Amino acid sequence: MNPAMNSALNSGMAPVATPFFFYMLAGLAVVGGLLVITRRNAVHSALALIVTLLAVAGLYLMLYAPFVAGVQIIVYAGGIMVLFLFVIMLVNIERSSKERRFNRMWPVGLGAACALLALFVSAFAKGKALFPEGMMSMPESSNTQQIATMLYGDAGRMGQYTFAFEIASLLLLVAILGAVIMTKKRI
Amino acid sequence: MPNFIMSYLGSTVTPGEAGNQFWALMYVLIIFAGVSVAVIAMNWIERKALAHFQVRLGPMRVGPHGLLQPFADALKLMLKEDIIPAEADQFVFWVAPLIGLLAAFTVYTVIPFGPSQAVSDMNIGILFMLGVSSLGVLGIVVAGWASNSHYPLIGALRSSAQMVSYEVAMGLAVVSAILMTSLNASGTGTLSMIGIVQAQQQQGVWFIFKFFPLGFIALVIFAIAMIAETNRAPFDMAEAESELTAGYHTEYSGLRWSLFMLAEYAAMIAVSSIAVTLWVGGWMRPFPNLLNAPAWDFVFSLFPGLTFLGLAAIAFVGVARMPAHSFFKIQRIGLAVFAALLGFIALLLLVIAVVGRSADTSVAARFREGIDYVYWFVLKVAVFMYLFIWYRATWPRYRFDQLMRVGWKVLLPISLGVLVVTAIVGVIVS
Repeated sequence: MNPAMNSALNSGMAPVATPFFFYMLAGLAVVGGLLVITRRNAVHSALALIVTLLAVAGLYLMLYAPFVAGVQIIVYAGGIMVLFLFVIMLVNIERSSKERRFNRMWPVGLGAACALLALFVSAFAKGKALFPEGMMSMPESSNTQQIATMLYGDAGRMGQYTFAFEIASLLLLVAILGAVIMTKKRI
Repeated sequence: MPNFIMSYLGSTVTPGEAGNQFWALMYVLIIFAGVSVAVIAMNWIERKALAHFQVRLGPMRVGPHGLLQPFADALKLMLKEDIIPAEADQFVFWVAPLIGLLAAFTVYTVIPFGPSQAVSDMNIGILFMLGVSSLGVLGIVVAGWASNSHYPLIGALRSSAQMVSYEVAMGLAVVSAILMTSLNASGTGTLSMIGIVQAQQQQGVWFIFKFFPLGFIALVIFAIAMIAETNRAPFDMAEAESELTAGYHTEYSGLRWSLFMLAEYAAMIAVSSIAVTLWVGGWMRPFPNLLNAPAWDFVFSLFPGLTFLGLAAIAFVGVARMPAHSFFKIQRIGLAVFAALLGFIALLLLVIAVVGRSADTSVAARFREGIDYVYWFVLKVAVFMYLFIWYRATWPRYRFDQLMRVGWKVLLPISLGVLVVTAIVGVIVS
């Protein structure tokens, strides 16, 4: 491709990460989250949760983290939510929808929500001090490779997070074994 | 503006990468139309092939050799009353087919029909494909639940359990192919669909033949898992008609039901495309490195035209063999027109192959290249689509416990083993 053509193509190019997309995705996530806790029907809640998870995946994309976005879709929206629905469908929705919600736990929930809000506000106020300045320099096109280098390291050298990553995988393995042992009396 | 529109024709990158929104939209429309036509064609071919497997004729009444049957079916489905059961969850019932359809069609944004013949080349292409196609099960699950009826609910439960189980083996098989992409000088692999095919080109081998038989075993695992993922026979537990009337779509009728069918076939084409991209060299023609002389390029670029010529010849034989009775007059004329149309397309493709045979950057040459890429890709996908029909005609349906046993106790260990052995061999080789 010659340079003239390149510039002709670039002139028609607009940045994808516009404020419009951010507000749309953030709004979708918030509305979905509200629907999750206000719907009486558990399946409706689950569907709203899927919308929230997909919107968050879109936000990850806007943060130039396509790998995390892909994993969000494949693990949460595709895997976990299917299992959620699987379990919910076995529950008697007629009865559970008549039960009183927001029982005595609501002061605890309110306290937790306030604490989270305070955390967000402080992070927003002190954001400059807490996080490194400016945009991430990591090129989007090699995001997956960068993550791999951080997790597994370059040739012959341990990565930044190799140890923590292996510990996490061991923890997951223990959780899997625990689940099997707790559900199966005789193996 | 015309300059902006035309400027893309000589480009060597995907419209997504070039940021060319007009051509991205055009590609989306072309792919949508192409997939819809492919679904219609697949519908007819499946019915005919199944019939011939069972020594029947299949559809013969609507149009010559039943060629217009899919259109008649589509018309019937659109005119049929669209019933929503009174006890159903109205909104979820309405939205369920759309979830399946959206998931099935979104996947096509990253399918590489050629090095620049894709809507976009994502860095996480294969991950995106697996993730979004796994969303399709939500449509099925939700449809079964919203119908508020026993058979659909059982079908949905079966479907979700089956898909979650087979996704594991499928993912591991895919990972073993992605591992193979890292066997280059830099030692880094790629998840991009276009990058995966280019890696096969650089290494000079389709991944199905890489570390034989490792790549082949991975493809076989994927080919089994993809049938379970798309709920096709012999793993069509979700719609087992002998047990569950029609499974998750028992309560659906008319247009909504046809949306489910459209989603199912679109998903079949999508998973076949993954298999083609990962193991069978994507858009590459046979022996791109061995027979790389311009003369061979020209010979292989004649294939699309010759294929259509062959189809036209078959149609003309059909015209000649049509009984001489006056009852068949309109059918004969119709088939002759169809044959002439195929012949015209063949002529057009041959002309393009001849005009664009020089390997320069002229628009004709780029066009010829594009047709070649799409042709080989579609041909390979068509082979996989035929496998779907072949399986359906050959094997009886599995029982649900057998299905789970195959998924967890056979496919999963084998795919794990293949992954480990591939990694070891890869380290030794590099």
